[in-house]
Amino acid sequence: MIRRLPHVDRVGIEERAAQLGKRSIKTTAKQQGIRLAVSMVDLTTLEGADTPGKVRQLCAKGVCPAPTMPEIPSVAAICVYPQLVATAKEALRGSGVKTASVATGFPAGQVSLEAKLRDTEDAVQAGADEIDMVISREAFLAGDDTRVMQEIVAVKDHCGDAHLKVILETAELGSYDHVRHASMIAMEAGADFIKTSTGKASAGATPGVCLVMLEAIRDYTERSGRIVGFKAAGGVSTSKAALHRLVLVKETLGDEWLTPERIRIGASSVLNDLLMQYAKTETGRYGRSEDFSKE
Amino acid sequence: MSRLAVRKTYKLWIGGAFVRSESGRYDEADGFNFPRASRKDVRDAVVAARKAAGPWAARTAYNRGQILYRAAEALESRAETIGVPRDEVDASVDVLLHYAGWTDKLHAVLGGINPVAAPFLSFSLPEPTGVVGVVAPDAPPLLGLIAEIAPALAAANVVVAILSEATPLPGLDLAEALGVSDVPGGVVNLLSGRRAELAKALGAHRDLNAIADAGGDPELSAELDRLAAETIKRVRHGAAARSYSDATDDALERLEMVTELKTAWHPVGA
Amino acid sequence: MSSSTDTRTSIVWDYAPAPESADHIRLSDRYGLFLDGEFKDPQDGRYEPTINPATEQPIAEVAWAGRQDIEAAVRSAREAQPKWAALKDLERAKYLFRIARLIQERSRELAVVETLDGGKPLRESRDVDIPLAAAHFFHYAGWADKLRYGVNAREVAPLGVVGQIVPWNFPLLMAAWKLAPALACGNTAILKPAETTPLTALLLAEIAQEAELPPGVISILPGNGETGAALVRQKKINKIAFTGSTAVGRDIQAALAGSEVRLTLELGGKSANIVFEDAALDQAVEGIVNGIFFNQGHVCCAGSRLLIQESVHDEVIGKLWQRMRRLRVGDPLDKNTDVGAINSAEQLERIEVLVAAGEEEGATRRTIECEMPDRGYWFAPTLFTDVSPAHRIAVEEIFGPVVSVLTFRTQAEAIEKANNSRYGLAAGIWTDKGAKAFEVASALQAGVVWQNTYNHFDPTAAFGGYKESGFGREGGPAGLRPYVRIVS
Repeated sequence: MIRRLPHVDRVGIEERAAQLGKRSIKTTAKQQGIRLAVSMVDLTTLEGADTPGKVRQLCAKGVCPAPTMPEIPSVAAICVYPQLVATAKEALRGSGVKTASVATGFPAGQVSLEAKLRDTEDAVQAGADEIDMVISREAFLAGDDTRVMQEIVAVKDHCGDAHLKVILETAELGSYDHVRHASMIAMEAGADFIKTSTGKASAGATPGVCLVMLEAIRDYTERSGRIVGFKAAGGVSTSKAALHRLVLVKETLGDEWLTPERIRIGASSVLNDLLMQYAKTETGRYGRSEDFSKE
Repeated sequence: MSRLAVRKTYKLWIGGAFVRSESGRYDEADGFNFPRASRKDVRDAVVAARKAAGPWAARTAYNRGQILYRAAEALESRAETIGVPRDEVDASVDVLLHYAGWTDKLHAVLGGINPVAAPFLSFSLPEPTGVVGVVAPDAPPLLGLIAEIAPALAAANVVVAILSEATPLPGLDLAEALGVSDVPGGVVNLLSGRRAELAKALGAHRDLNAIADAGGDPELSAELDRLAAETIKRVRHGAAARSYSDATDDALERLEMVTELKTAWHPVGA
Repeated sequence: MSSSTDTRTSIVWDYAPAPESADHIRLSDRYGLFLDGEFKDPQDGRYEPTINPATEQPIAEVAWAGRQDIEAAVRSAREAQPKWAALKDLERAKYLFRIARLIQERSRELAVVETLDGGKPLRESRDVDIPLAAAHFFHYAGWADKLRYGVNAREVAPLGVVGQIVPWNFPLLMAAWKLAPALACGNTAILKPAETTPLTALLLAEIAQEAELPPGVISILPGNGETGAALVRQKKINKIAFTGSTAVGRDIQAALAGSEVRLTLELGGKSANIVFEDAALDQAVEGIVNGIFFNQGHVCCAGSRLLIQESVHDEVIGKLWQRMRRLRVGDPLDKNTDVGAINSAEQLERIEVLVAAGEEEGATRRTIECEMPDRGYWFAPTLFTDVSPAHRIAVEEIFGPVVSVLTFRTQAEAIEKANNSRYGLAAGIWTDKGAKAFEVASALQAGVVWQNTYNHFDPTAAFGGYKESGFGREGGPAGLRPYVRIVS
């Protein structure tokens, strides 16, 4: 397969993404936006030091982020390493919050395809509802788009009923042309969601990257009739950043896309900032970190 | 009972912070102690300058001009306390203003389009040479210093300057003015101490791109030339600027000495 | 335990109103003429209201200059000029630096007033007009003491007194484009702001006072077309600079025939925005939108003729139409508004007439659906396809949010079509191939060529037109030349 990169102009895309960051979201729009954002969060912990205890507390937080503000919904999912899937699944039973697992040698993906598939199977068997895989950047950067696609197809085959998010790791791909190209490969290979980053690289879901991927989704969805979702992960650590991403979705794809069925935000610290900003819209007071529990 | 004054402690200005000399040495002038910088301080200053060089050059020319203008504002407001005659401060502020206005103009004057005899768009544009070492004259201690550093900054370079050996305090006070003027840390670094010792350390540093020498010491100047040859540094020796005119009449020469001209070609076709 | 995740499939997320607060704005009810460093009642002029085109409500009363007022201004400018020119260059620069800094300090106020007086979205006056105005003064301040480098001569001298007439589409910015170079070169200036947008020029007069600009160096004389015509015919001025319509430009050029008065003109346009098949198409669509809907299309260099390579026509139009439907038309003071009010009832009528002509001539019209307020002057963004080059909507400047689409097959055809106009102000080229971008740029008869972008302005970059879009340049060192004479 000879690669033909699509054209994305960096200056233009960053100008547009920045301009959408100037939308002024106040009062009722801000409250609704924050509630939407919370409902889209994949509350995440992906550390070597994760233990069942840590994961159980995170699950409780995700199910009920703010006991004092009952109108705040649960998050969309809890995202963990395969070893912790069973713990999370048990803790989330009956809540409606999904269990998502990273797989395929996350985050670097520098293992054999067999290992990646086995990793996926383990997570699925432990009960994961959603699998977040990484594309092979090693193959992509060598120009081997065929292998990149084949791996995604194979992982999807091993997902069973779980939905598949494909992480592009945009910071490593080189340019926006490459981000768009990788988005198309992933969608054509059957991804249910395309996701910006692992959160472990130098950059994550910058506004420019999000906009490129949303435009790719828009064009693919229109052409194929199949809906593919978008997950922004890495660098979305404030309410302002979360709302900016929602604006990008709204003005690229439309209001009907503003649902956790189609949009997710992979994050950990943003949740409390969302709660603080929500509280401010109610009380008029600027908050402090102690106002909400860490977990 | 008369009130006891809180005396100023003079320090070097490196990487946007006021620091003592790592050597712990000091000298005295006008009843104040000030640091006698060492080769290691020079080394630290060059490292700080190099780190600041990329981001400083990446700002817009307009932004750099605004920052230099703000430095002029800050210096003007310190006119009465900086310890040099009023007309020297006025001239120094004016020199900063003059060079603040060069940041977004030197490209039009030094660069341009080259009408090559083939179907190419060819253009030449001036870029900063990088880290510029400055040897300031003994006098005038403020104007002589600014005349050497302002052109370098206007051309998007970063600076490591050795202050007047006899009268370093106005230079160290300038650091305070620069520190509140949005000048990013490391863009200007000011060292007090023994000129010959520090200038040689600067001249020998392999990560320096150019030297603007107004030290007025022929033997030192010759030594700087020899040291510069090791890594092909650009060197300019000039007289101490004693007036606004001295500092600005030869603006183009001062600016050109700290810029590299990059010529690029691109086909014009289909 | 709170509710489970939201799985509604029908979601609406509206932006709540986000009006810029206007209560810190200090605006007088009435402004006199600015002459000799003071605000004065007109001798033989009169007071007229200036209205907000989004509400049709008056904002303030403003003095319009009569003939005697104009003559007084010329006398005052003549008297002040030698002293102004005799100042040390850097001292002149310092006044201009002060003005730049004061514009920055009062920027929010100026942005709100600009939006109230002219109808453009607050986001644009805040983010484009006012910052560029400050930057323009800052840039030219720095030329004042470097004229011999900018004009490449040993010695230059100012012309003397200049009369400057500016339009209503970028009132403060156009005032800055005129005044800054004129003053930097040692001239004194008489500025006539546009009939419908005098306020920010009058606030600039206040800023001049705050900067302690010597009296007589600038005069601000609001008025209408008659006022401008009277200024043009003054015998004791040395130069006229005009930005406005080609029709009026033609009149001015004729009026100055046989005189020694120098002239620069920045007139209308029907600029071609050219999209090649190898363009970054999504960014090209943004560029198209920016090119014609920025400032409601009230832009002399607007990309009002969209030339699309036939092979990508349907794709581009599809994306463009979807993008247009997201434009937010409404209250200019709302920070989320993309397209504001049309500047006046007269301008709205001109747009409507030409749009009707477009439909009559057989082009296909699409206008976005949007709720527009009952009061005020509004026109919804409109796209015309199936346009042929002879249609009025392809030939005449509409100066509104209306884009006419034509197709082309090859690079050569694009160039030919783009150049086939009496105008030659600007053009846009969208392609990912550098060589093509440069070749098309060199072939276009346009004074400003944007490659893979549109409507970007900078004080350092010369701006001006070919052919009936005018002559003379503003910005950069080229912008100094019209304001000096070379002595040696």
